[in-house]
Amino acid sequence: MATKTTEAARGPDVPGPRAGLPGRIHDFLLRPEASVIVVAIVLVIYFQFANANFLTDANLQTLSQFIAAPVIIACGEIMLLICREIDLSVGQVFALAPFVMEKTHDVGLPVIASMIAALAVCAGIGWIIGFITIRLKVPSFITTLGMLFLITGITLTISRGFPADTPGGPLLTNLMGNWGYAEFCWALGLVAVMHIVLRHTRWGLHTISTGGNAVAAAEAGINIDRIRMGNFILTSTLGGFAGLLEAFRIGSTDPLAGGSNIMFLGVASGVIGGTAIAGGTGTIVGGLVGGIVLGVLQDGFTLQGINAFTFDIIIGAAILLAMVANIHLARLRGAGTA
Amino acid sequence: MSGAVALRAERIVKKFGNVTALDGVSMHVARGEMLGILGDNGAGKSTLMKILTGYHQPSSGQVYVDGAPVALDSVDRARGFGIECVYQDLALVNGLSIYHNLFLNREILRPWPFRLLDHKEMRRRAIAALEDIGVHIPSVDLEVGRLSGGQRQAIAVARAVASNARILLLDEPLAAMGAREAGLIIDLIERLKARGDIAIVMIAHNYAQTLEICDRIMLMQHGEVTYESAAAETSPAELLEIVRREYRAARAG
Repeated sequence: MATKTTEAARGPDVPGPRAGLPGRIHDFLLRPEASVIVVAIVLVIYFQFANANFLTDANLQTLSQFIAAPVIIACGEIMLLICREIDLSVGQVFALAPFVMEKTHDVGLPVIASMIAALAVCAGIGWIIGFITIRLKVPSFITTLGMLFLITGITLTISRGFPADTPGGPLLTNLMGNWGYAEFCWALGLVAVMHIVLRHTRWGLHTISTGGNAVAAAEAGINIDRIRMGNFILTSTLGGFAGLLEAFRIGSTDPLAGGSNIMFLGVASGVIGGTAIAGGTGTIVGGLVGGIVLGVLQDGFTLQGINAFTFDIIIGAAILLAMVANIHLARLRGAGTA
Repeated sequence: MSGAVALRAERIVKKFGNVTALDGVSMHVARGEMLGILGDNGAGKSTLMKILTGYHQPSSGQVYVDGAPVALDSVDRARGFGIECVYQDLALVNGLSIYHNLFLNREILRPWPFRLLDHKEMRRRAIAALEDIGVHIPSVDLEVGRLSGGQRQAIAVARAVASNARILLLDEPLAAMGAREAGLIIDLIERLKARGDIAIVMIAHNYAQTLEICDRIMLMQHGEVTYESAAAETSPAELLEIVRREYRAARAG
């Protein structure tokens, strides 16, 4: 009896990983990022054929600058989406951070210290969002909707509605965003770090567990409130950091920079990249590729002379298409056939 | 056949405000033995289970593990005494692989400085742990969301055993399962029983199935144990008759 094995478990309906090149391609296509990677490559090829200026250094710089901030924001939002939360106010934190840096610099802090102060304020905002959501049990959608207006008001108040100049010497300014690809390099670096956090640390595994099955996670002894709180703080801090980079690149800050637009680009990057709104699954690399797709669309159509109104139509359609593909590929994955 | 008594509860009373959920319930289970707790919804089975897992604390009464009185004041505490509960459908995270689920919150990390997850080692040990209890799944890399109900239940049981459960509590392990799936779990439970070092308590609705796989059964009604018997010495018909009699008595009283 003790050595008898459960043959019935070897169901024919559950395929294992497949061997060989066709098998690998098959497995790749079933990954959530796969469809969007294919779309990104097709778009780049299309725009290069349609307009020879697409793959030039000048245009790639523009493109990389457009992509960077949404991708950095996506890194946070993806973690939140995975644990079934969302932060609608991260675009406002994006606008607030440079002003905190500038004001603290004005009162005498060195630039680096005022950058840290700005990020600390952003982390504090994340903590407040987490506190209201977790302890006071307000859904994060509502919490951050309130914070969205509140932070805009704070930014407008401390800036008095006027833009401010970004402090800092040339080296720091170049490093933090003024050099053409600096912002994008930061984005790539953060994507690499967050990918490792999601796939190769307990934090990432527990984030997936919190969104996938909060009861099971809590049963296993995972402190799900701590996981959610940490991801709120992370998202706000990343949003503030993206705002600082943008301020260094442009050299000044508009109190109405970023806003809901950049937040939605971040969320859309994540969702197009294969992160499910329903939680429990997501991919940081997908968020990067999703951001690239949105950027390439914007930039490519701008080069073609298509106007901004049309662009919104295209982005909307792209999100819908990506989600349809996403859900149906997930169903195929679930059924184990393709 | 059975070893020493692993878990004993004496005259457990649990009150929620004015409601008495458990009214002096006593039970015991030995290593290598399997106790089935039967009863309708609201009979107090789940409350008893939650006291044994440390989720609820009894209003009065005492729990003993290996003969020593213990205070199960938290789930972690109960787990420390080797008490693990497997809840149907609540135990696993669908988006994670089998091996990640087996090591949920007990992950193996690589050495300093980065403390990253040691996926390879977890995979290897997961394969060994499943092998150990004779559960064969094509690949431990599969997401548990792709498994059948029986396979998921087997993984959940495997996790409890791999984390050194010595007292295994199963909450409706066979509910909503087809014959093949149920057979899978029954085989697994039989193998665990045969090891002789694990005491198993199962709560269930289905009289016939429970009598078939358990050594002893306990019938609970309105917070009390109304009948106790060796499984071989009773029948579904007799149990049904007892339930009816109690029901009529309760209505008359």
